[in-house]
Amino acid sequence: MRLFGKQIQLQDKRRIDERTKVEKVSTLAFVLLAVSFFAIPLMWLVLAPFDSDPTFRIKWPNWGLGNFSEMAENPYAYRSLMNSAIFSAGSGLAVILVGAPASYVLSRIKFAGRDAFLYILLLFSSIVTGSAAMVPLFLLSLRLNLIDTYQGVVLVLTGGLIPAAIFILKDFTDSIPKSYEESAQIFGASSFRILKDVVTPIIRPGLAVIFVWSFVQAWGNFLAPFILIRDINKQPAAVMMYSFYNDGGQAVFRTVAAFSLIYTIPVLAMYFYVNKKYGFRFYGGIKG
Amino acid sequence: MSFVSIEKITKVFPGGVRALDELDLEIKDGEFFALLGPSGCGKTTLLRTLGGLESSTSGTISFEGKDVTFLTPGARNIAMVFQDYALYPHMNVLENISYPLKVRKFSKEEINKRVTQASEALSIQMLLDRKPGQISGGQQQRVAVARAMACTPSLYLFDEPLSNLDARLRLEARTFLKQLQRELGVTTILVTHDQSEALALADRMAVMDKGRIKQVGSPAEFFHKPANIFVASFIGSTPMNLLDGLVNDGKVVIGSMTFDIPEHASTARTGDQVVFGVRPEYVSLVSGPGSGIASGVVKVTENLGTHYLVTADCNGILVRGTAPDGSEPAMGDTVHLKPEPGRSLLYNKTSEDLY
Repeated sequence: MRLFGKQIQLQDKRRIDERTKVEKVSTLAFVLLAVSFFAIPLMWLVLAPFDSDPTFRIKWPNWGLGNFSEMAENPYAYRSLMNSAIFSAGSGLAVILVGAPASYVLSRIKFAGRDAFLYILLLFSSIVTGSAAMVPLFLLSLRLNLIDTYQGVVLVLTGGLIPAAIFILKDFTDSIPKSYEESAQIFGASSFRILKDVVTPIIRPGLAVIFVWSFVQAWGNFLAPFILIRDINKQPAAVMMYSFYNDGGQAVFRTVAAFSLIYTIPVLAMYFYVNKKYGFRFYGGIKG
Repeated sequence: MSFVSIEKITKVFPGGVRALDELDLEIKDGEFFALLGPSGCGKTTLLRTLGGLESSTSGTISFEGKDVTFLTPGARNIAMVFQDYALYPHMNVLENISYPLKVRKFSKEEINKRVTQASEALSIQMLLDRKPGQISGGQQQRVAVARAMACTPSLYLFDEPLSNLDARLRLEARTFLKQLQRELGVTTILVTHDQSEALALADRMAVMDKGRIKQVGSPAEFFHKPANIFVASFIGSTPMNLLDGLVNDGKVVIGSMTFDIPEHASTARTGDQVVFGVRPEYVSLVSGPGSGIASGVVKVTENLGTHYLVTADCNGILVRGTAPDGSEPAMGDTVHLKPEPGRSLLYNKTSEDLY
């Protein structure tokens, strides 16, 4: 009996071993699939710009920098990157300038329904830059003579970004003890001074995160400039990307590849800069 | 001469909480004054109202005879040390101390002079280039005091400045604060929930409860003559004996025990409902029973160092006394407890005040 029991145990063990083996293999396969899903486009992004004859395929390139000089010959390519920088920096600054004071007030002054107000704001923000609001936004811009202007696009983008920015910045501001401001008050500092000397330096990491986040959002936004900008000289990179076709209607892969790589660099650079300086985080938590 | 005078100050918070209730208080020039009370009694609200961080609902506050009720905090020439010290984490110690002076537009030389003076007085010269996060709690407290000191205010407000320190450091800081206040001679108001802190530091103090002041006086007065039952039960490291009784024919009758009416209570009349109070420190063990002596069985003895606190059950009434170390009774012993004459107090049960 005992022997029999042992055999059953062994069989069980083998079965469990087999099961874990199957589990491991399937997990690995899934991970590989997921990784390749993201890695393959990235590989194209890294390799294709240096290939003198890029296609849709990922292949070992015929090394060369010809793509970049060809891109440089397109008069609109660099211009569009400049436009993107204007839209993004403009939106980033506007979000900080409006969002920081707003979040400070929302953090310091309690009123009935404050949290509900914040959540509703957040909910609506996804509508402003979403496709549903594009017709009214276009009509509004038309009436306000904002079509084909940098301000018009910056305003629309900022409007969409501000609620989330306020939401995150409010958390940063909440983490500043009230006693910091009160002690400054007793020393005779004006509200503006307190904001400048005490509050702003403490939430600076939050401001940096929000600026970069807004910058990146605006940099990648296609819909707003696509609809609000008619003039090709004012179009940003995200829109310009779709105009690199030859007369026959085929994509000019050499330009697209080089352009795509340059397009991603500022975003990556900013991310690494802020991450190194402050660490990317979406909370305040400053300890004295 | 009174330096701070508070008249009928009332503070009602939105939502109806009455934090201060028609409170009157006079604080003398150069005095170290402590506000003591259980949490929620309004002591911090009173301090913040003095500082101008809260506006009072009604009443007036004046400093040196000048009405400051509606002045901004910055215009009151005061300095406040907060419980969390409120040192700015992005500035180093030097910048923290000089910040208030910069706000008040002092010249560079004057700022340097004052920072050096204050940091030497608090022996923190070697910390000047550190950030608040890099120094210990005790050092942070000194920096906060130095920052307040450099402003040379006419009034210091301390909001529980010692409560964030550990026990040993707290005692050191306490001695230090008292010494500093003596040297500076500037009127200081301290808020604390720790009675030993108030008793040790203050020249005079006030005990507050529910937005009202229950008693004002010197620490000794508080200890020896608490003005009402609330203060009597609140002050003291060992809980005071407060025994319900009845006045009958010149005596206080408590259960089967009778005590002489204390001298101060000559107005007590036969039939009055009273509370007989005496501190355990003034109740000693005697050899035999008699009038004015509570006899009972020892329930608990607690070691207080040089003395033992003895709790005895005298026919269902708990009476506490003290016995010197070495002669303490064992649990279950029958003991005879005698309040020292002249140390007992009598309170009116209905008004809760001292006779």
